[in-house]
Amino acid sequence: MAVQKQTADLAGLAILTKERQKQLALLLSRVWAWVFLATLVLFFVVSVRQTSGGAVNFLTVRNSQNILVAITPVFLLGLGQTFVIIAGGIDLSVGHMMSMASVVSALAIRGVYNEGAPLFISVVAGFLAAVCATAAVGMAHGTIIAKLKVPAFIVTLGGSFIMRGVALLLSDNTTVIGLPPGVRDYGNESLLYLIRGEGGGIYFLNRPEVSGALLRSMDRIFPYPVVLTAIAAAIGIFVLKKTAFGRYTYAIGGNREAALRAGIPVDRHVIKLYMLSAATAGIAGFLSTLRYTAGSAVIGEALLMSSIAAVIIGGVSLFGGAGSVTGTVIGALIIAVLTTGLVMLNVQAFWQFIVVGVVVILAVLIDQSRDLIMGRMESE
Amino acid sequence: MEQTAVEIKQGAQTREPMLRVHQLVKRFGGLTAVNKVDFEVYPGEVVGLVGDNAAGKSTLIKCISGVHQPDEGEIFFQGQRVRFSRPMEARDAHIETIYQDLALAGNLNVGANIFMGREPQKSYLGGLIKVLDEGFMLAESQKIMGRLGIHIPDFSQQIETLSGGQRQAVAIARAVYWKAQLMIMDEPTNNLGVVEQRQVLELVQELRQQNVPVILISHTLPDIFAVTDRIVVMHRGHKVTEKKTSETDSQEIVQYMVGALDDRRDSYL
Repeated sequence: MAVQKQTADLAGLAILTKERQKQLALLLSRVWAWVFLATLVLFFVVSVRQTSGGAVNFLTVRNSQNILVAITPVFLLGLGQTFVIIAGGIDLSVGHMMSMASVVSALAIRGVYNEGAPLFISVVAGFLAAVCATAAVGMAHGTIIAKLKVPAFIVTLGGSFIMRGVALLLSDNTTVIGLPPGVRDYGNESLLYLIRGEGGGIYFLNRPEVSGALLRSMDRIFPYPVVLTAIAAAIGIFVLKKTAFGRYTYAIGGNREAALRAGIPVDRHVIKLYMLSAATAGIAGFLSTLRYTAGSAVIGEALLMSSIAAVIIGGVSLFGGAGSVTGTVIGALIIAVLTTGLVMLNVQAFWQFIVVGVVVILAVLIDQSRDLIMGRMESE
Repeated sequence: MEQTAVEIKQGAQTREPMLRVHQLVKRFGGLTAVNKVDFEVYPGEVVGLVGDNAAGKSTLIKCISGVHQPDEGEIFFQGQRVRFSRPMEARDAHIETIYQDLALAGNLNVGANIFMGREPQKSYLGGLIKVLDEGFMLAESQKIMGRLGIHIPDFSQQIETLSGGQRQAVAIARAVYWKAQLMIMDEPTNNLGVVEQRQVLELVQELRQQNVPVILISHTLPDIFAVTDRIVVMHRGHKVTEKKTSETDSQEIVQYMVGALDDRRDSYL
């Protein structure tokens, strides 16, 4: 009797610690990206100071804003992609989709403005043109994927080529210029301006009229594109976590057949997801047009890989069913911090690619080892 | 007291069947998978459907659950003639099928699975913004699991972390929650451990207590004998016999399954 009780107690203890191990593994896999990001920032703060002899500081207001501006397009491309991949799909067209949107919005802004519309109306027209054009293409992608059962990889690969061609055709293979000069302000001005020292201060919305050294020391905090992207991120987090739309996305990625049997309109939802992915790429294209006061048919080309990398580093499973928008924000931040930090360390730019590549593979390895640990615990 | 309740229930059985299948035929090309089958299920009854592979039992239940459309014959459910062109229509009529692959999303928690496709939402700003009502889903799923006597350690966990038996229980709880009037279970104890098999069988008994009739398909005769009231045996598309569970044994049933016994043939003789 006593022996029996003892072994039962021991077994209970083993279960407890196993349970705790499991929770630890789960917690670690959930927070590792945060930890990694923090470590990365710390590393660059120390190493940048050391290599520059204390002259350069990594963690300045200006540098932090530069990083935010840099990740804006990567994150926006990754935002729609996050939804698509969680539902078990993939959208390879977002890079060229962004280019197409950049050209379309530049043409729209120029056209509407030249018709005599005010600047603000022209910019809004550019936004609508970019979003509508991309959403229409996304709808075509989604329809072919959902209704005609062509693999998403193929459809969006083809779509990527088509968007590239369309962007080059529409722009006549040159940068679309001749936009009203005020467009620049929408893409580069910010919510807050900070000038330190004599004659300085904090300015809200209105850029102070300064010149010379004061202008050079002026920091732009939360540029409009960053604000718009932050709003998009907040909406993305809300929709994925709190709404039926988000729940359907996870359900389809978790078990498509189950979602179908549960009466979820799977085909319609998949179409919406590709529209969403295309539209966030459209917003990225629109913002790049504002930022450079020009439409470019090649602006998004290099960003596809980075955006998928951000999504994967952020913990979205390519098998579908798992991931979050917050993860993608962190993924994009990690890539931007890496890139900026390495530049500030005067490391040759090509190393960025190598480091990002290693981090992507590492991220997936960590995810898999969690599943492995969990699986082993289950089977024990 | 309980005795009388059972008697009343059995009295009710002689009146109105919940499900009546009449002369059902389903062909696939030249093959007749189900051949003129008659078959009834009464309220609060567990009917075992057994037969060797390719006996036609899966095809038969797929005709009932709307996956297949029968070529001949009729199906009556709750007194009404029904023709389901899709599984959803059968579900809307409260015929729930628990599939072997469970039809659950492993990446979602218990509540999300029970309410999948029918999520309750809270409206804000006059219906402009709708948010999932997680609190309601959690409370309701705890209630239904409690009612069925199923213990789930953590309702917030993704169900892929649960055991096979617990997942099976979630699937059954979902069907019960959505007011299943007939439950079809296709090999529910496959791939389960011994303890979990027993839990699922207890759940079948629980369903009978709740007056939900069950059609149970299984290769495991001990399971069939443990929980059913009646056993229907199929062989090569035909129903070869139908016995009260209390009036037969596994040896006899096996002889029907392999075709050594056949009530139709024997009645001709």
